[in-house]
Amino acid sequence: MNWRRRHVLGLSDFQPEEMEFVIDTARSMEEVLSRDIKKVPALRGKTVVNLFFEASTRTRTSFEMAGKRLSADVVNFSSATSSVTKGETLLDTARNIEAMKPNILVVRHSASGAPLFLSRHVSCSIVNAGDGANEHPSQGLLDLYTILKVKGKIAGLKVAIVGDILHSRVVRSDLHSLGRMGAKLWLCGPATLAPREMERSGAVVTSDIREAVRGADVIIMLRIQLERQKTAYFPSLREYSRRFGLNREIFSLAKEDAIIMHPGPINRGVELSDELADCERSVVLRQVESGVAVRMALLYLLAGGSHAAH
Amino acid sequence: MLLIKGGRVIDPASHRDGIGHVVLEGGKVREILAGDAPGGFEGEVIPAEGKWVVPGLIDMHVHLRDPGYEWKEDIGTGTRAAAAGGFTSVACMANTNPVNDSQEVTRHIVEKARREGSANVFPVAAVTRGLEGKEMADYSELAEAGAVAFSDDGKPVENPLLLRRAMEYMRPFGYRILSHAEDSVLAAGGAAHEGWTARKLGIPGIPSAAEEVAIARDILIARQIGGKLHIQHISTRMGVDLLRMARRAGLDVTGETAPQYFTLTDAALEGYDTNAKMNPPLRGEDDRMAILEGIQDGTIDAIACDHAPHEAYLKRCEFAAAANGIIGLQTSLPLSLALLAGRKVTPSHLVELLSAGPARILCLRNKGTLAAGADADVTVIDPDAEWEFRPVDVLSKSLNSPFLGWKLRGRASATICGGRVRHSTIPGVAADA
Amino acid sequence: MKILLDGKGVERVLSRLTHEIIEKNKGAGEIVLVGIASGGIPLSQVIRRKIQVIEGVEVPAGFVDITLYRDDLARAGYQARMKRTEIPFSIDEKKVILVDDVLYTGRTIRAAMDALIDFGRPRNIQLAVLIDRGHRELPIRADFVGRNVPTSRTETVEVRVEGNPEDWAVLLKEESRGKGE
Repeated sequence: MNWRRRHVLGLSDFQPEEMEFVIDTARSMEEVLSRDIKKVPALRGKTVVNLFFEASTRTRTSFEMAGKRLSADVVNFSSATSSVTKGETLLDTARNIEAMKPNILVVRHSASGAPLFLSRHVSCSIVNAGDGANEHPSQGLLDLYTILKVKGKIAGLKVAIVGDILHSRVVRSDLHSLGRMGAKLWLCGPATLAPREMERSGAVVTSDIREAVRGADVIIMLRIQLERQKTAYFPSLREYSRRFGLNREIFSLAKEDAIIMHPGPINRGVELSDELADCERSVVLRQVESGVAVRMALLYLLAGGSHAAH
Repeated sequence: MLLIKGGRVIDPASHRDGIGHVVLEGGKVREILAGDAPGGFEGEVIPAEGKWVVPGLIDMHVHLRDPGYEWKEDIGTGTRAAAAGGFTSVACMANTNPVNDSQEVTRHIVEKARREGSANVFPVAAVTRGLEGKEMADYSELAEAGAVAFSDDGKPVENPLLLRRAMEYMRPFGYRILSHAEDSVLAAGGAAHEGWTARKLGIPGIPSAAEEVAIARDILIARQIGGKLHIQHISTRMGVDLLRMARRAGLDVTGETAPQYFTLTDAALEGYDTNAKMNPPLRGEDDRMAILEGIQDGTIDAIACDHAPHEAYLKRCEFAAAANGIIGLQTSLPLSLALLAGRKVTPSHLVELLSAGPARILCLRNKGTLAAGADADVTVIDPDAEWEFRPVDVLSKSLNSPFLGWKLRGRASATICGGRVRHSTIPGVAADA
Repeated sequence: MKILLDGKGVERVLSRLTHEIIEKNKGAGEIVLVGIASGGIPLSQVIRRKIQVIEGVEVPAGFVDITLYRDDLARAGYQARMKRTEIPFSIDEKKVILVDDVLYTGRTIRAAMDALIDFGRPRNIQLAVLIDRGHRELPIRADFVGRNVPTSRTETVEVRVEGNPEDWAVLLKEESRGKGE
């Protein structure tokens, strides 16, 4: 297939062939990561700017690694120490950076739709590294890739996602990547955080973790996001953990070869018990590995070819 | 002297709907003649054959941003937009800077409108000082200075006890509170209607309950103490139902809606279009249907566009950061005329909604009717004119409208305010400078 | 379309090539084969089998995808599809025989050498190609050439060395824009 995208803003309009193409490219990238010299010149002379308006070390580091492995120049811009605190608008900030002619902007912002908005006003390629509660496309793809690596397939698998479904952009991207590729998704969380409406996407929504985990092939645990809540969505972490935390006993309801995933960072003892976080069924570290490869693939597809910023 | 001849004169307040010739003199309606047009008329003649001639339209919910935010709009440009939209009178809200909670500000508005305005401007003063929701404003002084009603619009009056006291105090004087009904706590953090579209786009939602709870509260307080209440910009089904219930219970509660709420739904948010961002938000299709039903069965008394101008950069940004509101004076009439399709509403009823109703609610004597002795505020409407609403047509200082580029049907051919032509697209009939 | 070599012809040429490699390197002891994806891969497999037959030695063989090292990525009319790289052995101090089907501008070979050097430090790198079609744009030359075929830029050379040896062939085709390198 021909890759035609100038931006990666979300997975909502990604066809299965496109997702497979990215995963295929990621596989080749992963081979590069297994070498002694983990660098190829594909993006030499190209510039990737990480424009992060929301704090994030792991995603930013992952994109930074990805860019550097492709020999790109990677520049980090984080809003806490910048012009944004002086009241500069998002558009002005982006335009100022665009004037320095980067090839790709990797953007993370707390407002849904911010990367889409930027793509209408600047001429470089935009990669969405997470916008509000909307999407986190590279996470959706790396979750798909990880499952394919470990399970060999995705169609027909039961995937349970447990946690703050309402605010999670990871869930929404996973619905596109895993759902569209044939997985059956179960979304589980407190009723205040797992709206029934999500069933319109084809998933099953439940507040019963046992029901969600029973017979599951993959369990994705989400970090419970305390920081976003002013008026509480649930009584306490203790109560949450009792109903929605994953421990050995509940995990035993899943398939024997079920795997545990988590986009990170993990709240040990809250959503995932200490022991389960490190058990051999947990593939969290493989997700991180896959993440760099998938991000390398995305950066390469956007800037390594005929769509380099002109 | 002015003669508007040959038009279909629609004046529900005098139970009139038929061809007639309207004679204006000395700033008043002198009479309406039947039969053939009088020959040899001394004075300006405005041909209105094939058009409607109605009492000057009144929009009772407009933000003129003057004083304090004149880069968004001012009394001059706002009333020019109003006149072009067919409006001879507007009621402007108090969320200016300084807030209209003192006679000085009220007088400023009235006088500036007299000097520079192209339409009558009736200030709506604040319910609470500074719109802070803590202390009542000096209502009588404000009324004397020209305020026709009171509203904290932009914000609700949060404290129910304060609302009760204000309404109770006002009762003997016959003042009415126009309520922006919203429970801010339930609505907190939301930027769009809480529904599937907002979920899909990852935008935090404002539940319908935030409006409904507040409308119920305000109605029940009005019921408790017998006050006069008007519910602004109704957008939900339950909101309409509550108004209907209040009316059936014989309470003096009136209500308005805006054209956007019976024309658009939250589907307009696709692509994070900031011109679809407003408060209350665009709701679902069922709510839109309920608003239409409420208009049809007479529950809703008025259409008011909530004209809310904003400078470009407040809309040219990510959705969460965009300002709420759209301009509406130039599109309100054509969008309302669309209600005639499928006979949802009769022309007479439409004139009620856009003129007689607002006049009654705000106790604007001599307005909203073409009876002899009424003020010479007349709108000539061409209900069939087809036109496109383009940026170059916008007379407001701001361009924040989701209707730009729309092909519309119906517009004001001439707007006459106090006997002076303030807007005209009729060849040979010039507007006063 | 012209048949430059048929099945038998290709066999004979490859046999000769293999003998030359063995002769120049005084045996198969220190050599490793690296086929350039994708045309050089089946070719390197054939050579490997032949060395096995002639010298009785199993020479380590791998393959390298040069997509990430190309110098014309920005001008590629379509997104170059990535292939696999697999070099599951050390190339340090080894004599690496790079194998490709057609040598053209030389840019592929340059990219392959860059890739190899990222893998380790070979003792030397030698180049074996089935067809050299001329039009070099870089100072690259093959150590072992099956056949020299003068071509024009509008022609393409197609090499088939998979499946039944009777079906192997080298074809010369007239095309609007050849991608043969």
